[in-house]
Amino acid sequence: MSPSLETRDLTIRFGGHVAVDHVTCAFRPGELTAIVGPNGAGKTTYFNLISGQLRASDGAVLIEGEDVTRLSAPQRTRLGLGRAFQLTNLFPRLTVAENVRLAVQAEAGVHYDMLRPWRARGDLIDKADAVLDSVGLGAKRDLQAAALPHGDQRKLEVAMMMALEPKVYMFDEPTAGMSVDEVPVVLDLIARLKDDASKTILLVEHKMDVVRSLADRIIVLTNGQLVADGEPAAVIASPVVQEAYLGIAPGKAA
Amino acid sequence: MTLLSGDPSRGRALQILVTLVVIALVFAPFLFPGAKAMNTAAKTCVMILLVASYDVLLGYAGIVSFAHVMFFGVGAYGVGLALYGLGAGWGALFAGLGLAILLSLALALAIGLFSLRVQSIFFAMVTLAVAYAFNVLASQLSAFTGGEDGRSFKVPAVLQPGFRWLDHPLFGVQANGKLLSYYLVVFVVAAAFLVLLRIVNSPFGRVLQAIRENPFRAEALGYRIVFHRTIATCVSALGATLAGGLSALWLRYVGPDTALSFSIQVDVLVMVVVGGMGSLWGAVLGAALFVVAESYLQDGMGALAGLAANAGLPLLPALFDPHRWLLWLGLAFVLAVYFAPLGIVGALTPPEGKGRR
Ligand SMILES: Nc1ncnc2c1ncn2[C@@H]1O[C@H](COP(=O)(O)OP(=O)(O)OP(=O)(O)O)[C@@H](O)[C@H]1O
Ligand SMILES: [Mg+2]
Repeated sequence: MSPSLETRDLTIRFGGHVAVDHVTCAFRPGELTAIVGPNGAGKTTYFNLISGQLRASDGAVLIEGEDVTRLSAPQRTRLGLGRAFQLTNLFPRLTVAENVRLAVQAEAGVHYDMLRPWRARGDLIDKADAVLDSVGLGAKRDLQAAALPHGDQRKLEVAMMMALEPKVYMFDEPTAGMSVDEVPVVLDLIARLKDDASKTILLVEHKMDVVRSLADRIIVLTNGQLVADGEPAAVIASPVVQEAYLGIAPGKAA
Repeated sequence: MTLLSGDPSRGRALQILVTLVVIALVFAPFLFPGAKAMNTAAKTCVMILLVASYDVLLGYAGIVSFAHVMFFGVGAYGVGLALYGLGAGWGALFAGLGLAILLSLALALAIGLFSLRVQSIFFAMVTLAVAYAFNVLASQLSAFTGGEDGRSFKVPAVLQPGFRWLDHPLFGVQANGKLLSYYLVVFVVAAAFLVLLRIVNSPFGRVLQAIRENPFRAEALGYRIVFHRTIATCVSALGATLAGGLSALWLRYVGPDTALSFSIQVDVLVMVVVGGMGSLWGAVLGAALFVVAESYLQDGMGALAGLAANAGLPLLPALFDPHRWLLWLGLAFVLAVYFAPLGIVGALTPPEGKGRR
């Protein structure tokens, strides 16, 4: 299958520091790729370059073969990129339901309708409620997003991307900071997404057991460079990973 | 209050207060006889529209503009100069208003597209510069605008005070053109206000709130926020232009003091904050409170100063001197912001509403 997302020599420099260094990689529908690497390796920056929050110094981003390097973040979202942020990034003083409804509204292409009351679009409200139920936030729909505990904010972050129904899902450490009993909700959600062969999933994740259970493929970033790419078992076992990332505790990683 | 908007104002006290203000304004000529009361009521109506349209920008979209009064001035000068130059006809009135609306839209579009891409502080600075330039232009082109003196003009015959449409008074009020003018103002303001209410409660209005809360995330959801912000600027400018036109029509005069002065911009800011940012009902309450205070605080203080003087109290007569009314208004403003940072609406809205943490 042809790639839904591709980066070619994607590079960004902050002053002298090369945070993402000529990363060439393709992602295909039906495939979940885990992106691993030590703190500061450039994983989030790589995501930012793909979804358009940052502009590349060099190289290109392609969505379904189309060069989108010059397009803005909203334009790339409209082409099917969805992003859940590592640092929770919500509309703090709007309700939980409204946060998701705005994502649903964006997905429905309702951008400039100003003559109808928003409540008249009951379909958008219902869909938002369904998404909220799927992450277990249904009961908290009327709370302010800022009032949610951290774990719930993470779930809301994921829910907003789900509501966008993108072709490419980009999860940036979705379970970071969640309590143990909250993690399965999000992981189940990702596992269910995998059943849909038309979806491309990128997952940045530090927890190796999670990566092992979900990933079809692992790529490793170190100092902004792509140092390994392949089957999970092979990548985890490869010397470059043992040294570059898991070298600290190779015994535990296995 | 769900009328046309689909979004009820929250809180019983708030509803009652807004209803009282609306009743007072609709029946003002009959409830509060006298020229001064009627001027105050008309000014309140005009300010409600001016403040509400500013709140669309500031309270909903989170955009700080200093050019709102410029758009007010465009409307006032458009109507005023057309009636002055072309004669007191409806054709001139609508031509003036139409041109003013076009000019406002062009200015809003230019300012928006040019400067809303970048940081909001830049937008604020640009609006300040443009508004200042417009001010200077209006006083420099004195052959056309009347300069500092402004222009007095005649309004269409049926709106003139001398026009009698009944030869007997109506519930004790003279049925003249002034009364018609007042109801024209009330009607246009009510219609425009309801349109604004509709817009802020539309899917588009919701995106404005999202942009105010987190522009970065709004973009990540696929909203092209420059366009939303620019449209909000245009809507807001239209409201201000209409308010300016009504103001000129009511005063039968247009000049820098009544249409372009920067102090009007400051007043509008105060009214938005006192009423409660991010709620159009706040605009109603803020404007009503401010205009009434502005008109009657001096009288009240004069009376207090007199009382204090008669009672032989020291210092108080000087403090309550009517000329110091701005001091008291300023003090009231500071206290209001301190104790009710979310304005009257915020103070009267139940905590589970979205306005409060
Ligand atoms: N806007 C920026 N300006 C300057 N440097 C930046 C910027 N964004 C990221 N960096 C740097 O780029 C490097 C990569 O950061 P990034 O956040 O992508 O790492 P990461 O792999 O996501 O790490 P973590 O696992 O901690 O989330 C870091 O050294 C960071 O300091
Ligand atoms: Mg990161």
